Amino acid sequence: MNASFAPSPVEILRLLPEIILILAATVIMVGEALRGTREARPLGRIAVGGLIAALWASMSVWANPGFGFHDTVVLDGFSAFFRALVIVAGLLAVLMAQQYLRREGADSGEYYALILYSVAGQCIMVSGTELIVLFIGLEISSIATYVLAGYLRDDRRANEAAIKYFLLGSFATAFLLYGVAWIYGAAGTTNLIAVRRAMADPATTPSYALVATAAGLILVGLAFKVSAAPFQNWAPDVYQGAPAPASAFMSVGPKAAAFAMLLRIFVTAFEPVSQRWLPIVWISALATMIVGNFAALWQINIKRLLAYSSVAHAGYVLVAVVSNSPGGTAAVMFYMAAYALMNLGAFAVVTYFSREGERYLDIDDLAGLGARQPTTAALFSILLLSLIGVPLTGGFFAKFYVFKAALESNLLWLTVLGLLTSAVAAYYYLRILVIMYMREPAAATENLPPQPAGIRFVLWVAALGTLALGIYPSLILDFANRAAGVVR
Amino acid sequence: MNTLGIVLALPVLGSLALLLVPKDRTQAIRAATLAVSLLVFLASLGLVHSVVTNSAHAQFVTDVLWIASPAIRYHVAVDGLSLWLVILTTLLTPISVLISWHHIDKRVKEFHVLLLLLEFGLVGVFVAVDLFLFYVFWEVSLVPMYFLIGVWGHERRIYAAIKFFLYTMTGSVLMLAGIIYLYTLTGTFDYPRILSALEAGQVTLGDREEFWLFLAFLFAFAIKVPLFPLHTWLPDAHVEAPTAGSVMLASVMLKMGTYGLLRFCVTLFPTSSRENAWWIATLAIIGIIYGALVAMVQPNMKKLVAYSSVSHLGFVVLGIFSFTQMGMDGAVYQMLNHGISTGALFMLVGYLYERRHSLEIVDYGGVATPAPNLSAVFMITMLASIGLPSLNNFVGEFLVLQGTAQANFRWAAWAAVGVILSACYMLWLYQRTFFGHTPDPVRQHVVDLNRREWAAILPLLALMLWMGVGPHMFLPPISATNTTILDRSKAGAIYHVELKHPLPMRWGKASHER
Repeated sequence: MNASFAPSPVEILRLLPEIILILAATVIMVGEALRGTREARPLGRIAVGGLIAALWASMSVWANPGFGFHDTVVLDGFSAFFRALVIVAGLLAVLMAQQYLRREGADSGEYYALILYSVAGQCIMVSGTELIVLFIGLEISSIATYVLAGYLRDDRRANEAAIKYFLLGSFATAFLLYGVAWIYGAAGTTNLIAVRRAMADPATTPSYALVATAAGLILVGLAFKVSAAPFQNWAPDVYQGAPAPASAFMSVGPKAAAFAMLLRIFVTAFEPVSQRWLPIVWISALATMIVGNFAALWQINIKRLLAYSSVAHAGYVLVAVVSNSPGGTAAVMFYMAAYALMNLGAFAVVTYFSREGERYLDIDDLAGLGARQPTTAALFSILLLSLIGVPLTGGFFAKFYVFKAALESNLLWLTVLGLLTSAVAAYYYLRILVIMYMREPAAATENLPPQPAGIRFVLWVAALGTLALGIYPSLILDFANRAAGVVR
Repeated sequence: MNTLGIVLALPVLGSLALLLVPKDRTQAIRAATLAVSLLVFLASLGLVHSVVTNSAHAQFVTDVLWIASPAIRYHVAVDGLSLWLVILTTLLTPISVLISWHHIDKRVKEFHVLLLLLEFGLVGVFVAVDLFLFYVFWEVSLVPMYFLIGVWGHERRIYAAIKFFLYTMTGSVLMLAGIIYLYTLTGTFDYPRILSALEAGQVTLGDREEFWLFLAFLFAFAIKVPLFPLHTWLPDAHVEAPTAGSVMLASVMLKMGTYGLLRFCVTLFPTSSRENAWWIATLAIIGIIYGALVAMVQPNMKKLVAYSSVSHLGFVVLGIFSFTQMGMDGAVYQMLNHGISTGALFMLVGYLYERRHSLEIVDYGGVATPAPNLSAVFMITMLASIGLPSLNNFVGEFLVLQGTAQANFRWAAWAAVGVILSACYMLWLYQRTFFGHTPDPVRQHVVDLNRREWAAILPLLALMLWMGVGPHMFLPPISATNTTILDRSKAGAIYHVELKHPLPMRWGKASHER
């Protein structure tokens, strides 16, 4: 550890992506204040540039892993992976939104700045090794996303979404913070590694009651963030009310970061008491899969359907968490990458198709899309098949690795029940395919506007990426496997 | 790339090439698909010689690493069990193109792309040696069929398509759990390695472990077969599918289930297979009789043929779980026979539908007068399906019944009832459709076979006769593979099935010497 308080240049460099993101976001905020009545288009470009630079930075600083800032953050394979993931999610969400914001008459730099701040917060969430730092990262990310949810100021639904998200979110964060306080009371430290050491050391073993309470409180906070049952109720309302590109981002970035944080905290600090919290996560995983999949069956609004589907997918990821092994950690990483691609792609279709004021959100409105826009429909189909988990798509391997990890940890019932819920899930995704291809064209698919370049780019990247992961999963899995051991 | 590689790659390349053809050039699309599928068929004939001459070992092996960790191999090969099923698939694909020439007039391009992808998936299922790869092909073949039923089917197509997908998916996720579980025990997905690990005793399955694994696999395959009482998706899927879809579904897709039973279930879990043979055979017999009885009262021709499939596939399952050489040989032979004769029946019903636009039997009558050739062809096919000696089904049914009788005479006696019933419903169907008073719409609309329709049905007619009189040309490779399966299933297995004639008769050379 450094003797002096000031961080060394190497340590600062390890946080280069976060620094770039914050700087770019601040430039955009200032630019927004100065732009007056001019177009906001250049600000969007700054956001794209900032995110690409941050992505590049996160790749290049990876050459020099290690701790920083008095062991409060770490750059390891795990954090590098998730950092790149949330930055890419932010990038795609920005590209998706540019035309959307103009369409809705809400084009301003704030949207971009908020995405960048949120991504920066998530970057800290995935690399923090100290509970207060993790909490600060979570707050940066959350507060930015609360605002994003209510970004369309004059829209009643968006306002409702923002309020709901904010109130329930703050409540959950309070739980988390309270848990951190209990940890400090129990172990006398908030550093994850020190907590673990304190727990493993027989001389200083803190009371089980204290640790269990702390773990429970932290679990509640994080379960809310990943929309795990029984704390999933906010997700459908928020995803439905928020602007479509913001929902896309919220369903991927914060979720991935929260899962990274969950793994980091529970696998590092609470590993010695894993027999206590694993059963709870086991129940939550099963409940999340069941609630998400069965609730999605009845949805007629596509944003709500995708919201419940994202709840269900959180359940699958939790299965990997329960398996509590390096293989499980790698499965979480792979799942989140595949999930990010397919979900962002699906929301890109929604963003494009809903049109001004998000008028067309019924699933039935998609009728005839297969005939009217064969390419869009085909790419969307690939994403839907991947969400089902059909082989040769990323979604299949994601599920496969999750359940493989689960079986290797002898979670037989969870695997069988989880796989059966995935057969249930096939129904509601298939329904979208049915409507696109097998119904008579509806009025909503007439006169579709030309597809904006940003949407088209996101859609192609998502669909081709999904296929690539489905044919050659080693692209990501090898890295995930190598990185997964580091967390322990 | 060997011949098998070509057989697998051509349909995929063909479907990709079709994507580039403008969608309004429908004739070009049809012709191109026909050409590609004929090429695939010719290529697949190249597999015959070396498998037949050397049927003890798998031929045309390609074994390369696909995914490093966990090790998943692209391991494909052909042996006596898969050879004819592959050729059946590649033969029926060009025939499906032919019978869809006028029948399919909307979204022609998508239809043919999906048909080629379906061929790829189906061939893949029969040649995959790696369990994981098998699962991939198994699921991949599901998607094109789902669209074929759902987009080009009849009125209740959407319901039928979803039901088909969900049934299969439910079964197959449990199989996936079983496959992964086997992996966690043996550390590999490669089927020969799993088998040798089990045989060498490096890995031992506990009794309950083996039973549950057996059940997971059985469930997936039984849904696909379909075994009573899991058959309810089949009549819906068959009735609503377009003709080509019904043909591929009945002739090839159902065989995925019986193939899986023989290749994986019986071989991997010999003890459980034998211990549970009694109730599986009972279900098969119920399916034989129940399917035949329900077929008899169907007012809809396609539904009648669909229920007759439930009945016929019961014979296949019964043959497999008789655990005799003859029964198993007959089961495989019956898989091919059913593919040919039921495929032909669906085609002929499709021909009638294209003319009269109805599948209800009451709308027909006296078709023999305006369409004598169609009637004659239908009669041959029907007789084959009933199991008339000198036509193909007779050989298969005879072997199955003989083998079953060796294992348990009562099973054979009950199953034989199904043979009689099949004559009842088929002859009755024929009488009501082709003889008697000719209603006016039939007189006006029903014309005789045209050249395209002849071209599509002739190969199948020829095969019915050929396989009926020359089983010795088809059976030896099947027998050879079944002998290995049977030997393997005996190894370490407890004999619960009493063998009345412990020396199973061998086909091929052995039987000539006798």
